[in-house]
Amino acid sequence: MNKQKAIFNYALRLGDNSLVLGHRLAELCSKGPILEEDLALTNMALDHIGRAQAFLGYAAQVEGKNKTADDLAYKRAERSFYNNLIMELPDKDFAATIARQLLVSSFEYFLYTELMKSKDETIAAISAKAVKEVRYHLAHSSDWTCRLGEGTAVSHEKMQNALNDLWMFTGELFEMNDADAILIKEGIAIDLNSIKQQWLEHVNGVILEATLTLPSSDFMQTGSRKGIHTEYLGHILSEMQYLQRAYPTAQW
Amino acid sequence: MVTKKFTREDIFKLLSFIPDPEIPVVSIKEMGMLRDVILSDEGCEVIITPTYTGCPAMGMIEDDIKRTLSENGVPSVKVKLVYAPAWTTDWMSLEAKDKMRKYGIAPPMSSACTKLTAYGKHEFIKCPHCNSTNTELISMFGSTACKALYKCEHCKEPFEYFKCH
Repeated sequence: MNKQKAIFNYALRLGDNSLVLGHRLAELCSKGPILEEDLALTNMALDHIGRAQAFLGYAAQVEGKNKTADDLAYKRAERSFYNNLIMELPDKDFAATIARQLLVSSFEYFLYTELMKSKDETIAAISAKAVKEVRYHLAHSSDWTCRLGEGTAVSHEKMQNALNDLWMFTGELFEMNDADAILIKEGIAIDLNSIKQQWLEHVNGVILEATLTLPSSDFMQTGSRKGIHTEYLGHILSEMQYLQRAYPTAQW
Repeated sequence: MVTKKFTREDIFKLLSFIPDPEIPVVSIKEMGMLRDVILSDEGCEVIITPTYTGCPAMGMIEDDIKRTLSENGVPSVKVKLVYAPAWTTDWMSLEAKDKMRKYGIAPPMSSACTKLTAYGKHEFIKCPHCNSTNTELISMFGSTACKALYKCEHCKEPFEYFKCH
């Protein structure tokens, strides 16, 4: 793998993570438990889709095959998507949504803070923009984790169950492949191991404050770095890509 | 070349009348979204930056720039979107913040107020209607990516706060 291909893969992974999570959050439009949360979840969806557009646009440019961000979002099959599995899981209930947001926003916060120093100007610029938005998302999910954890016996139990269910998908956030190895040497990507401790401490801090318990299971799911996904991604894509697949040149 | 007739300042002046589609009392220049104008033999390139990465107003702003300049006889206009340096509410002029307040939106405080754990409730946001600081956060997120919802305990009016960013 050469440097150009590595940057393409890396930008694609960052873009896919934002796109798939953005889609999941957008699905909650009009389904929020209260009006304020409907606004919050859709606003965060918008930030993720905006970031996906930026990263996929850059991936398309680096690939040099005259494609656009839309081509990459709408014309790839699931085996060519590299988002972490946690992004594609369905939202079972509001606790699951908040648990995922807490785990992912914390990760994104430390990831983009480090990537602001990337020697790739475009990745650094998008990251500097992202980190401001993610900081706000993290405040939101930390606040809600505490509210649900310290709320009623039912909300506490649901929040704890949601964290337990999602825990096995957190290992994958820190997995690296050949693209990372090449780009870390160039000062473009970061060694994800370097932010793992910070992430764990932050997540643990919020969980303790919320009177919840950090899950202790060691088993971790894996697959997305090779394009292997849960059954849920195909369903997301069938909805997201329907229009472009059915009417390939459609514009509006 | 026709572009020779226009200076960079002329173009800036033309563009300074384009309103923000979501807060029409302030212009894209006052908001700090209009970053630069580059004139060359090939034409005119306008550099803009989004407030938030997913800001849905960017398409409309791009169209407005192209239309305004072509109506005024500026040929070959290109609009380029850049992400760096990242937009901050600190770029907003004092005049813009004042116009925003009169329009009923509490303007952003300094970006130094955005910390990892601090949000809404720790800030003292002034009510744009009665200037009271006895206000309370209703929702961290509002009708657009850049705003949060507050209510004033003094005059009992709800209002929007333009988040510092």
